[in-house]
Amino acid sequence: MSKKITVSKAIREGLLEEMRRDDKMFIMGEDMAVMGNVFAVTTGFLDEFGPNRVIDTPISEEGFLGMAVGAAMRGMHPCVELMYDDFVTVCADPLFNQAAKLKYMSGGQCSIPLVLRMPMGSGRRNAGQHSQSLEGMVCHFPGLKVVAPCSAADAKGLIKSAMRDPDPVVVFEHKLLYAKKEEIPEDEDYLVPIGKANVKREGKDLTIITWSREVNFSMEAAEKLAAEGIDVEVLDLRTLVPIDWDAIKASVSKTHNVIIVSEEVKRGSYAGEISAQIAEELFDELDAPVERVCGLNIVSPFSPVLEDKNFPHPDDIVKAVKRVLNK
Amino acid sequence: MATKKKNSEEKYSKELLLGFYRTMVRIRAFEEHAAECFTKGMLAGNIHLSIGQEAAEAGAFATIQPQDYFTSTHRGHGHVIARGGDPKLAMAELFGKRTGYCKGKGGSMHIADMAKMNHLGANGIVGAGQPISAGSALASKILGDNCVTVGCFGDSSTNEGTFHESLNMAATWKLPMVWFIENNCYGVSTEIHRVTNTPDLATRAAAYDVPFAVVDGTDPVAVYEAMTEAMDHARSGKGPYVVEAKVYRYQGHYCGDPAVYRPAEYMEKALANDGIEKLGKKLIGMGVKEEELEEIKKAAQEEMDEAVKFADESPYPDPSEVTDDMYTADNERCVAR
Repeated sequence: MSKKITVSKAIREGLLEEMRRDDKMFIMGEDMAVMGNVFAVTTGFLDEFGPNRVIDTPISEEGFLGMAVGAAMRGMHPCVELMYDDFVTVCADPLFNQAAKLKYMSGGQCSIPLVLRMPMGSGRRNAGQHSQSLEGMVCHFPGLKVVAPCSAADAKGLIKSAMRDPDPVVVFEHKLLYAKKEEIPEDEDYLVPIGKANVKREGKDLTIITWSREVNFSMEAAEKLAAEGIDVEVLDLRTLVPIDWDAIKASVSKTHNVIIVSEEVKRGSYAGEISAQIAEELFDELDAPVERVCGLNIVSPFSPVLEDKNFPHPDDIVKAVKRVLNK
Repeated sequence: MATKKKNSEEKYSKELLLGFYRTMVRIRAFEEHAAECFTKGMLAGNIHLSIGQEAAEAGAFATIQPQDYFTSTHRGHGHVIARGGDPKLAMAELFGKRTGYCKGKGGSMHIADMAKMNHLGANGIVGAGQPISAGSALASKILGDNCVTVGCFGDSSTNEGTFHESLNMAATWKLPMVWFIENNCYGVSTEIHRVTNTPDLATRAAAYDVPFAVVDGTDPVAVYEAMTEAMDHARSGKGPYVVEAKVYRYQGHYCGDPAVYRPAEYMEKALANDGIEKLGKKLIGMGVKEEELEEIKKAAQEEMDEAVKFADESPYPDPSEVTDDMYTADNERCVAR
């Protein structure tokens, strides 16, 4: 049994089900309660769960994320939303120095079962402070788990797994996926395990490693390439930390060619980290150098004409695949 | 020294005051032992000592109930002793030993003890404990558990944004939280009034309609009284309360810092107001024998000698433990790559 709903509705369903089953869970963030979130992710939650568990915060990101860390140390399960992932810079300390580190620094005395939802990504013409893809920065910090779903089913399954995970989990949600309608299973307990990649499309000539919205662009590219007789595999990582190395190894060992596609600034990207790991450990499997297909090393521009130059489109992916395959 | 409360020791039993005295002497003994170990090169890293702040800490922690929670700072050894923590486990943590409170992974600046002390951790980031204490108070409000969370921090952290963000939210949501500021007037080398425009710091609470008190932190009774009122206020559901205790920092910022940036008058004033000496005199005036006070000092010395011995003889963590405790679930895979 399945049904067709938008990605934002799928996230809402996941959160709703978890709120109903877990009375330690609460939701906190800007415009989450009365308004029900900018993307309608928490519509109706305030009525059902009350103001103690669905909390509208002031615009004090460092304060409320730090409070969520304190509450998590006390055994609560906070689900915090930052309206845009760009705002992570104003609450860097509670995320990177506190949530990520306090378990280790206390010798394992506490867990921080905190979920931080971060709408991310370019394409909405919001310019440099509302359009970033900061996976590389977030994945840098040991202590965090990081997921980045591309579909409604994965968004629901991963948010539910994140809420049940004892460690802090950052969820990157691409803003341009929210309105996308897709099939998802009816099952109330539909979970997607953290740390498990998904082979979206099988192929034998080259592996595209990707996540979030670029999965969809990679699938489009794969169709175009198939028409030209090039058979690519699309590996949707879904989870960035812990990364599903077994899936990467299996795919690279089959296709012997790799590109990594993300919306990130290319320099210092998580795509670069994956590339380095493949170069270090799977060099003998490679027929060609690994290529990163990312954004430019610039600030995300406002003008649509400029912004469109700053994230990989299906045609960019097609070109990169052909370059690597020397075709 | 600004005081709001009139001291009134006569209201309090000799036993309570002796309790303060014992705690103060034990804090100082712990710190002097730690300093000696540091000087001898037995400790790695840096330590920040609470000498000069003992009276404030003894008075404040006497008001914190066993079920209550607290956060601490880089200058946090005194809080552990005042809370009734084990000096052996604290000293072992300073030594980076396996037997320390945090298995040697936190060190002096990060002692925590969630299970016994409800100690949510000392923190190396100035101001970080402010939202964490507010978050713990939020948890108490949601759970309805009648616990108060005390955020302990120093003067300079009141200039962090977290102070204002967290206090605003705690006040708006009436969270059961008390903030206890030990104002020793120095952020590393910078005198607080060179960078802050108000004589007192707790007065900032008024901006958020939060009650506050400013007291003499060399007098444990004054701190005890202010904190009693603050804890009652927070526990009764009226929201947060801020207490500022004016204290002295006898050492520099860290152990070994010669504090050349500080005028000589600072230490002259500090020594003239030494909390342990003042309370000792008061107790003798109340009929306590000098020998009894000496006995308390001797016992503290012996206790801290034992703590150093325990720490020194404890094993270091096994190198194989280096990646342990990063994650609760799937640790190995998460740290592998």
